[in-house]
Amino acid sequence: MFPSKWLTLYSMNEAILEKLKVLAESAKYDVSCASSGTTRKNIPGGIGNAQGWGICHSFTEDGRCVSLLKIMLTNHCIYDCAYCINRRSNDLPRATFSVSELVELTIEFYRRNYIEGLFLSSGVVRNPDYTMERLVRAIKDLRTVHRFNGYIHMKSIPGASEQLVREAGLYADRLSVNVEFPTEQNLKLLAPEKDHASVYKPMSFIQQGMLENKEDRRKFRSAPRFAPAGQSTQMIVGATSENDKQILQTSAALYQRPSMKRVYYSGFIPVNSYDNRLPALKQPPLVRENRLYQADWLMRFYEFKVDEIVDDRYPDLDLEIDPKLSWALRHPEVFPVDVNKADYSLILRIPGIGVKSAKLIVMSRRYAKITGSALKKMGVVMKKAQYFITCNELPVHTVHEASPEYVRKVLTEKKLPKSKQIDQQQLSLIFE
Amino acid sequence: MIVFRYDKTYEGLLTAVFDAYFRKTFPDKLLGTDDIEPMFAEESFTVITQSDKAARVWKSLEKKLSANACNMLTYVWLSEEEGSDELLFQYIRKTVDSKRTIETNFADEVVLKVHKLAMKVSKERLRMIQFVRFQKAADDVFFAPVSPDHNCLPLAIDHFQDRFADQKWILYDTKRDYGFYYDLKTVTEMTLETSALFPEGKLDEALMAEDEKLFQQLWKTYFKSMAIKERINPKLHRQLMPKRYWKYMTEKQ
Repeated sequence: MFPSKWLTLYSMNEAILEKLKVLAESAKYDVSCASSGTTRKNIPGGIGNAQGWGICHSFTEDGRCVSLLKIMLTNHCIYDCAYCINRRSNDLPRATFSVSELVELTIEFYRRNYIEGLFLSSGVVRNPDYTMERLVRAIKDLRTVHRFNGYIHMKSIPGASEQLVREAGLYADRLSVNVEFPTEQNLKLLAPEKDHASVYKPMSFIQQGMLENKEDRRKFRSAPRFAPAGQSTQMIVGATSENDKQILQTSAALYQRPSMKRVYYSGFIPVNSYDNRLPALKQPPLVRENRLYQADWLMRFYEFKVDEIVDDRYPDLDLEIDPKLSWALRHPEVFPVDVNKADYSLILRIPGIGVKSAKLIVMSRRYAKITGSALKKMGVVMKKAQYFITCNELPVHTVHEASPEYVRKVLTEKKLPKSKQIDQQQLSLIFE
Repeated sequence: MIVFRYDKTYEGLLTAVFDAYFRKTFPDKLLGTDDIEPMFAEESFTVITQSDKAARVWKSLEKKLSANACNMLTYVWLSEEEGSDELLFQYIRKTVDSKRTIETNFADEVVLKVHKLAMKVSKERLRMIQFVRFQKAADDVFFAPVSPDHNCLPLAIDHFQDRFADQKWILYDTKRDYGFYYDLKTVTEMTLETSALFPEGKLDEALMAEDEKLFQQLWKTYFKSMAIKERINPKLHRQLMPKRYWKYMTEKQ
């Protein structure tokens, strides 16, 4: 006979395994897994620290970063959002973690270097405030009782009260509220219990809290920090009729807020294919999602304005080529750019040159003129860049001589496998 | 061709620089003490490592280069890549001979190569920080074997010491057969007498803490449930988490 202690231990383990599975499955459609934005040293008697640049500890088979233990406190939900796997009308296994289970999991995973911290969200039970209070209690416990010093990202529940958001900010590094859709009309269509006010209000509470905290810390350096890594949000792409212009303009407006660090785009995955308010998709729109991220990067790191990327004439991003190349082909008058003379911001706009190589170019040209071969060694993608630059060498075949149409054709040509390639001796002619 | 022989230590390399300037002859090739002489060597000089000479060279480098560039040199040394010592020699020579610092002249091949190699080592240091998996042993020591391409473990120790300050741990490089032990106060370098403790990268089950198996299983379950099957992308997966690190990663076993 087993002693009864062993038996309960065994069944307890089984139960927690099952719960973890259910609650991770429910949480995985949230895109964000960033652990950046806070640098915090270890404190005596505390567990862990936070690195400002964020660390991915693993990558799932779909190539997404696993940085935080992304989990729901519960996947019970009173809402019935059409796009969400946890909607009330879905028949799926439901579970709830107790605070002590959650804390133990987080800390034990952290000690084994599996994770950077916790990303906690929850389905809505009873009402937003009740749910939010439970979330806050969990992270408060983790921070104050267990002195956990790693990263915490908490989802703020839409419609939660200001007081609770304010309290959450004291323990979480980052707070987030998902916008889901750029237009309120679509949000109401697919998530009848939510509206824009329930999303934008908590967002401005977070913003308020951060700004006041900044002021306080100017006066008292020891004032506790409020959500030091700011806030982020997420939009679902491809479930509704919005075009890329509407999406990117919403992002640009959100980035105007000093507290908004990241906007995530989530290609719509039809988890509830029976709901006929949603489009029937064979595949999630992964290419479109990727182009949106590229456009997002252009706004954040390449000094592009949103109107330069999408406008009324081009409301959608080009799926065939990236938005930077697309901009360059629409504006051949800017090119060719002389890499030995042009400003950093102009060099950044050359297709094939990224932030890293642009910086290397600006530093190195103080010593001597930079040649094409040096550019190549620095990591510039010459296949693209060659049509847009001059560099102290014989005039080359720029976008003006070649025409934007030709450049586009060459750069989008699919490479055929060797067996299918036609005779390379034959010159191809381009007719315009 | 002029050949210098030295003991393949960092100090030895710096001493070689000192001797070269003292003798006013510069090596075309750097060899270890026991390497076979190339066919057309006209002159062979054996460097005797002296720490005072090495220190003088390092001090003059610190004067001419930024702290960042000095770190880069150490990173390149720890890369343990073939020919990295000759590359360092060329870089140091260029630095010493030039009136102003050359460290941002990336159009120069040597400067760019040093930069790139240092980046490579730095990237692997980051991968240690990302992919190390501790296993808890019965005596409450957290143990993690690694086998990086470059000798980058010493560069990551600071990070682990700050983060895991309240648990004892061992990080062990199985390729180079040495590691670091943290006893809640200080980190010491150590070598294990036997490698039988971790067959195939796992701590022997008899040595594991009671709940270790459970947490490994929980982590594996979590990892599996995180993948979205509509988006599976094995190429990207391998690119971000190269196969050579899977050996010691719990979720990949």
